[in-house]
Amino acid sequence: MNTIPIYTTKDFQSDQDVRWCPGCGDYSILAQTQRVFPELGIPKEKVVFVSGIGCSSRFPYYMNTYGFHGIHGRAAAIASGLKIARPDLSVWVATGDGDGMSIGGNHFIHACRRNIGLKILLFNNQIYGLTKGQFSPTSLQGQVTKSTPFGNIDHPFNPLSLALGAQATFVARTLDRDPKHMQTVIKRAAAHNGTAFVEIYQNCNVFNDGAFELWTEKDSKDDNVVVLENGKPLIFGKNKDKGIRLNGFTPEVVSLTDGKYTTGDLIVHNEKDSMLAFILAGMSGIPNLPRPVGVVYAVEKPTYEQLMQSQIDEVATKKRTGDLEKLFNRGETWEVK
Amino acid sequence: MNKITKNIDEVTIRFAGDSGDGMQLTGGQFTTATAFVGNDLATMPDYPAEIRAPAGSLAGVSSFQINFGATEIRTPGDKSDCLVVMNPAALKVYLKNLREGGSIIANADNFADKNLRLAGYESNPLQNDSLGRYQVYAVEISKLTQNALKDLNLSPKIVDRTKNFFALGLTYWMYNRPMEPTLKWIREKFAGKEDIIEANTRVLKAGHAYGETTEIFTVRFEVAPAQLPPGRYRSITGNEATAWGLMAAAKRANLELFLGSYPITPASEILQELSKYKNYGVKTFQAEDEIAGITSAIGASYGGALGATNTSGPGLALKTEAMGLAVMLELPLVIIDVQRGGPSTGLPTKTEQADLLQAVYGRNGEAPIPVFAACSPTDCFDTTFEASRIALKYMTPVIVLTDGYIANGAEPWLIPKISELPDLSPTFVTNPEGFAPYKRDPQTLARMWAIPGTPGLEHRIGGLEKENITGNISYDPDNHHLMITTRGEKINNITNDIPLAKVVGDESGDLLVVSWGSTYGAVHNAVETKRNEGLSVSHLHLKYINPLQKNIGEILSNFKQILVPEINLGQLIKILRDKYLVDAVGFNLVRGLPFSAVEIEEKIDEMIKRG
Repeated sequence: MNTIPIYTTKDFQSDQDVRWCPGCGDYSILAQTQRVFPELGIPKEKVVFVSGIGCSSRFPYYMNTYGFHGIHGRAAAIASGLKIARPDLSVWVATGDGDGMSIGGNHFIHACRRNIGLKILLFNNQIYGLTKGQFSPTSLQGQVTKSTPFGNIDHPFNPLSLALGAQATFVARTLDRDPKHMQTVIKRAAAHNGTAFVEIYQNCNVFNDGAFELWTEKDSKDDNVVVLENGKPLIFGKNKDKGIRLNGFTPEVVSLTDGKYTTGDLIVHNEKDSMLAFILAGMSGIPNLPRPVGVVYAVEKPTYEQLMQSQIDEVATKKRTGDLEKLFNRGETWEVK
Repeated sequence: MNKITKNIDEVTIRFAGDSGDGMQLTGGQFTTATAFVGNDLATMPDYPAEIRAPAGSLAGVSSFQINFGATEIRTPGDKSDCLVVMNPAALKVYLKNLREGGSIIANADNFADKNLRLAGYESNPLQNDSLGRYQVYAVEISKLTQNALKDLNLSPKIVDRTKNFFALGLTYWMYNRPMEPTLKWIREKFAGKEDIIEANTRVLKAGHAYGETTEIFTVRFEVAPAQLPPGRYRSITGNEATAWGLMAAAKRANLELFLGSYPITPASEILQELSKYKNYGVKTFQAEDEIAGITSAIGASYGGALGATNTSGPGLALKTEAMGLAVMLELPLVIIDVQRGGPSTGLPTKTEQADLLQAVYGRNGEAPIPVFAACSPTDCFDTTFEASRIALKYMTPVIVLTDGYIANGAEPWLIPKISELPDLSPTFVTNPEGFAPYKRDPQTLARMWAIPGTPGLEHRIGGLEKENITGNISYDPDNHHLMITTRGEKINNITNDIPLAKVVGDESGDLLVVSWGSTYGAVHNAVETKRNEGLSVSHLHLKYINPLQKNIGEILSNFKQILVPEINLGQLIKILRDKYLVDAVGFNLVRGLPFSAVEIEEKIDEMIKRG
């Protein structure tokens, strides 16, 4: 029996020079991934990182695993073919908001819908970085970028809502500036059976610096982020004095100190509740509501590759393993002498 | 009654009727019976793009043509000798395709007011003298069918549905085909439905008996068996042969076959066919779009499967960028393009050869891809198998061009023994010692194939330019030039791995007709006819478009004139002129139809006369 070697972070670092801009949030994502991988219990040679095009998509070059730097937007489709052909592999997709939500939006939603066993890490910096600063499908309305000098008139995608709408079975969000949290989320994604989608707020310090400041910086973070924990009420604030309750179907912030509400009135997070997942995802972008981070939704459903394998097994049982020679000679044939 | 039997070498029959008249089924049964007799044959269905066009309308006509004979048959036939029409619209659409003096068997019952009007006839052509140049048999097929079944107590709808068997029985009598294969088929197809079996059987026999006993039919024809190479045969369409070619290649390569595909006319049958074979090591993935079709196949090839994707012209355009990626990655991939009329959506159900330049050149950057073209339905098997061989051996995408004409057409196929097909097994690298992703085989220049899951070979590949040998990203100018030329040289090397081209006819002379793809049959027949008339004309057919075989230049230089007929505005001719500086002449008709041999013959005459 082969046992999995004991790895260290170093084992997952390739010999290539990392070429992101100094201060880029991508460094943290790479570091947390390399830190977590030794703990996943997956042989290194079974890991493949697939990417598209963009800053995020350089990721595979820096992981000392198998890596595939594809073309713009197509990482999920390439990875789908790989995972279907080789269900034994641990297939990861590194993508960005332009690559994954715009040019590759179609592949993204269909991967989610099929529940193919891909782990999709979305490096969301709300800007096109590699092409030097045009707006992306997650850029804010009004955002001034190189291609929107008078402000962006597009409505942004909410990646969590998009993934949920596409029936993803694992949907989570984490922050480049919170290494511990990111490690936890990556580990959860790795353990998930089926498509796991992780949105990572990633700062582009060159073209969109500070886009996520409110949720990542020490001073403001606690009052503006609610960390989701399964089975626990939604409490946040520097002094843990605020909570989220549902008023009808609308989440609202309540004080836990003014005597009106207690912890018992708050939403208790349930990762398996799809309706709640839509509500939590929808909190993003609504003023006065904190940004939820953590695992929003996680349910088990048969994966595409499992369903395909069971269909193959079923047909093989019913019809036995196919014999090509017999197939060619089946049906109407005739002999010429 | 005295009936004369005439011996003939070759016949073309077309069955035409409304989409609901079962003409494809009728043609299919006639084909089986004809194969049973031992004739060589080729068939071609022609059906409307509309799924359910209004009954009786010109747009709703569906037909099936079969050409069979005692000699080698290479096309489904130019003009038909006999046209079976179930309604006026079918007559209207296909009369121009009937040779002068040919026979028309018409269901006279359907030549009534409404149907005549729908077909645009002011008066009944069966009753006026407009068909004087043909032998017309107006048969009350519907009434005769009803009579045959009147005691069976079936609904009028079911009775009406069996009338195609009457027409079939009648043609079986006319061309002396055995009824037994069809009777057997009826028993198997409708097992458990005794009344339907009885009805179809009776109607088929009634049609046959009608020919035998009625005075209007005085002649029947006898077509002797053809001299075909011995062995077991079956009928196969081009799309089936393509699918099976992929399966055979994967089998002989000991690999799983992965088809990433998106439905598109006329290529969808390949996906449908392969999706049946879950227990044969075949995985099919109906992707969200054409791009995911090819990129998923590239992903599967990266994982160690034989990746393939199939499409038609518009889909090939969408796959363009990914084909360039496959060139850069140097992974095996088979891309099937079943060409149809273009540009844009064009003529989805019609045939054309206008994707040649797209296949050879249509990518950004210097991205050479081998391009092979199939010449007939059965050749789709060989060409796809050959494409897979080259893809695996040279670690390259390969494009296979077929077209709607041969994809839907069928002909007898000498069933190969799987074990006698070449072994295509690739070697996966397993030893990390001295491994580098872009290290090449000195002979073929193919890079090594190291698949995920192999310990110690973890490496990265991608669409950015690679450093020679290491595969690391490289922006070095000289390295880029080296890699560009190396990738080109690798494809050119394939010329050492393919047989030399052979001329049919003399090796030199007044005129060489150069064809590629599905025009093979018509050109072959035309050249044969003209050679029999004593003209100095030869035929060169190209399966390998890129790279071209080594001896093409030499062959071309041995002829005074070169004619290149193509169903496009001149695409192969551009390549030949470019490569060999020859003053070739094009013959180009782009009508969504195959060439007829006669058209090529006329062009040959014209060229020879001009000298």
